[in-house]
Amino acid sequence: MGWIGDSVQSIRSLQIRQLLSQIVTLGTIGALALIIWKVLMCVTGSESPVVVVLSGSMEPGFQRGDILFLQMSKDPIRAGEIVVFHVDGRDIPIVHRVIKVHEQQDTGEVNILTKGDNNFIDDRPLYAQGQLWLQQHHIMGRAVGLFPYVGWVTIIMTEKPILKYLLIGGLGLLFITSKD
Amino acid sequence: MGMHSFGNRANAFVTFAVTILAVMCSLASLSDNFNVHTPTADVKVFNINWFQKQPNGNDEVSLTLNISADLSSMFTWNTKQVFVFVAAEYETPQNALNQVSLWDGIIPSKEHAKFWIHTTNKYRFIDQGSNLRGKDFNLTLHWHIMPQTGKMFADKIVMTGYRLPEEYR
Repeated sequence: MGWIGDSVQSIRSLQIRQLLSQIVTLGTIGALALIIWKVLMCVTGSESPVVVVLSGSMEPGFQRGDILFLQMSKDPIRAGEIVVFHVDGRDIPIVHRVIKVHEQQDTGEVNILTKGDNNFIDDRPLYAQGQLWLQQHHIMGRAVGLFPYVGWVTIIMTEKPILKYLLIGGLGLLFITSKD
Repeated sequence: MGMHSFGNRANAFVTFAVTILAVMCSLASLSDNFNVHTPTADVKVFNINWFQKQPNGNDEVSLTLNISADLSSMFTWNTKQVFVFVAAEYETPQNALNQVSLWDGIIPSKEHAKFWIHTTNKYRFIDQGSNLRGKDFNLTLHWHIMPQTGKMFADKIVMTGYRLPEEYR
């Protein structure tokens, strides 16, 4: 009768080992994704190396759903650059073009005015109350390249969160039930 | 699950397709680097319409420009549009550099890339301060090549020798 107990024990330890190895694999994938993101942050010098275009204010150059690649350097912001900035108190990054620059003599500080290519008026109404200009520290990065359509995945998952849960749930289920 | 299950095949297919797509987009963008740019541009100040000091103490000028340019060499098969703008650049005692965009436009295709336009300034030419009387300034024509996919290119032509009137008018 001892061999029944032995095989039950070996099956149980096999399942525990399998579960643990799956957890480690999941953790490794997560850590790899994080490492890639952080390396991109270092290489591009920007907090957010990639951003999704959410509005039509830069059409037809940038369409909703495009992905923009960002870089940030210490070089002063100049007219014509497409920059990404946050307005105080708002989460959503805005991607617009710099149309005016005033750089001070002693401090080198810049006052910037931005405007979406497809907008009729400049961005002053978007800035915080009483704020007439953006400064260098408001700028998160400059757009240097684009990849069309791929950002739609993010937009759909943000606007229809149920799809996000379905996707994660589905992936999780697939992972648990896989035998290798 | 066997070697050739639907899941495995779908996974292999999607991975391969996405990789090929990424490679093709990178090649498309790389091909833009071989394009030789031969732009021409000319901007003339047709008229100074008015030149005043605002109540808040800042100088403002309204001008009419004649802008002509040929940017057709910027277009490749990977180009979505070329954004073009003309900016005034000048220095003042307070500011090492002032760049003020006066006019901009979008060139949607190579056929529209050779153009001539007679226009008043689209954006207000306002100084930070009252430094514009008799001010020497440059007019720069900038272009920003926006691709279907990949890297954006930007450059400019600087034209010097412009000067604002000594007196308000």
